[in-house]
Amino acid sequence: MPNQSPLHFSLRQLSSALQTKKISSVELTQLYLERIAAYNPTLNAYITTNAEMSLAQARHADARLAKNNSHALPVISNLTGIPIAQKDIFCAKEWRTTCGSKMLENFIAPYDAHVIQQFNEAGAVNLGKTNMDEFAMGSSNETSYFGAVKNPWNHNVVPGGSSGGSAVAVAARLCAAATGTDTGGSIRQPAALCGISGIKPTYGVVSRYGMIAFASSLDQAGPMARSAEDLALMLNTMAGFDERDSTSLQRPPENYLRDIDSPAAGKPLSGLRIGLPQEFFAEGLSDDVAQAVAAAVVEYQKLGATVVNISLPNSKLSIPVYYVIAPAEASSNLSRFDGVRYGYRAKEYSDLTDMYQKSRAQGFGAEVKRRIMIGTYVLSHGYYDAYYVQAQKIRRLIAQDFDNAFKQCDVIMGPSAPGTAFNIGEKSDDPVAMYLQDIYTIAVNLAGLPGMSIPAGFGKNKLPIGLQIIGNYFSEAQMLNVAHRYQQATDWHTRMPPNILNDRGALT
Amino acid sequence: MIPYSTYLKKASVTASVTLKKVANPMSINMNDVYKIARLARLAITEQEAQAAQAQLTTIFNLIEQMQAVDTTGIQPMSHAQDATQRLREDRVSEIDQRELFQTLAPQVERNLYLVPPAIE
Repeated sequence: MPNQSPLHFSLRQLSSALQTKKISSVELTQLYLERIAAYNPTLNAYITTNAEMSLAQARHADARLAKNNSHALPVISNLTGIPIAQKDIFCAKEWRTTCGSKMLENFIAPYDAHVIQQFNEAGAVNLGKTNMDEFAMGSSNETSYFGAVKNPWNHNVVPGGSSGGSAVAVAARLCAAATGTDTGGSIRQPAALCGISGIKPTYGVVSRYGMIAFASSLDQAGPMARSAEDLALMLNTMAGFDERDSTSLQRPPENYLRDIDSPAAGKPLSGLRIGLPQEFFAEGLSDDVAQAVAAAVVEYQKLGATVVNISLPNSKLSIPVYYVIAPAEASSNLSRFDGVRYGYRAKEYSDLTDMYQKSRAQGFGAEVKRRIMIGTYVLSHGYYDAYYVQAQKIRRLIAQDFDNAFKQCDVIMGPSAPGTAFNIGEKSDDPVAMYLQDIYTIAVNLAGLPGMSIPAGFGKNKLPIGLQIIGNYFSEAQMLNVAHRYQQATDWHTRMPPNILNDRGALT
Repeated sequence: MIPYSTYLKKASVTASVTLKKVANPMSINMNDVYKIARLARLAITEQEAQAAQAQLTTIFNLIEQMQAVDTTGIQPMSHAQDATQRLREDRVSEIDQRELFQTLAPQVERNLYLVPPAIE
């Protein structure tokens, strides 16, 4: 009975198994560590694991679970004892935190990111730090200094990026759930390409404190998991006001399971209006993806939703706008890597400037240097108004398109990526082709809206396809419910990559 | 009823997206590349500069599409909620962690970060 393995449990089922002592956190953590030892040499989903530190957290979680709600130990949560993977962009105290870069190859974080702190307080177990495109710049995970990540559905194709390691860890059952970050699509595109679920919340909902900065006005952390319900559980822990992030939004705490847990009579999504932007179904979208998205919309109509045609006329400008704003902010953020206080320093240099230039040239990879140069140029004297200010103005036009659209609909649906996963190496020499991977996701970051991707079928090549759901500001609970009802009616999200389980359905 | 078929007809077979051709493509010359690299404090070889010149020209031609948009009277947007910067109370919040932080530094001597001499 393969379904008896805890690898197939939802987070709620795992939590219940832990609380009723059917399994201990140490056993569960061991199970995942053994799987990581067996599969990670091929998949390369994790950059760093530390069994000793993970098991220490698991033992502490078991103690908390044993003395449930006693005064001696913190109250348990529904993530207590659950092993999760952390994207290597989050500083985690005493953990090596590389951001996928040679620049931080030996950086041991001296403090916890807000997100890590929240998971620690909840009693979750950190299984390790997942691979990613260097400084989150990439859509294929090929720019990581620690090597490309393999897609478990087919080892010749990319997992997407930048949160490719987290997506693969979830898809290959190398963790119960994971964290990611999304600046232009870095949660949604790898989730789509690996057949899992992921949500980027409204900008400002999850604190950026301790999350290594790429483009500060766009970066937003979010969970990646096997179902919308699991995402809601994770987001309940990740979200919340934090005064150490100047853009963190002060709002009353939310329960993102709220809508999922409300009983639904008859058609569960009766009255929901789905907007389909004509621009998302134009040239450039592969047939497979177009058909899968259309089929998902038909399924939504069966659940009671209605469909309206909408237009996002400025969304076609989102790629040029993004490739001004994101590199501009990145060039500023990454100026801190100078080889003085932390990070890589060149072995030989003549003077201070030479030390800066060589340390940065040797410590950063090609894509990061490219973006630093674009950013430096667009911010330089004489170009600031023509590029940066113009991009920020068009950014407002893009956001206004969404404002107008949400007068006609409750959620927007479309593809998460233009096609299924592409071959490793296929686009790595053509930056612009790579940038176009994020053509449907970037506008959402520019507007600061929440967006998610859920599995919605497979292409002719048997690779997963993602459905993107975009909601209005702060509508995460509703979006998660919209995704959940679809997952109650379909089974795409339960499909597993081949060859990741033995015939007992569990260990290597 | 939604005309899915219309959407499907419009969808092309390949997953590549063609870019709008720009009337007057701008080009970045080698001097620009060296200047940008210097401003960004990135050492660059001639070979790297040549590759960068070609790639940056392609990327800037993509970016150039923005210039066709009339944005007269539009306010630049830097934050989704147009939130203003919150000010915090001026109080001591961090303890001294110099020793811990300096374990991460490439070169330290007598609690000081070492760099090559900047003034003769």
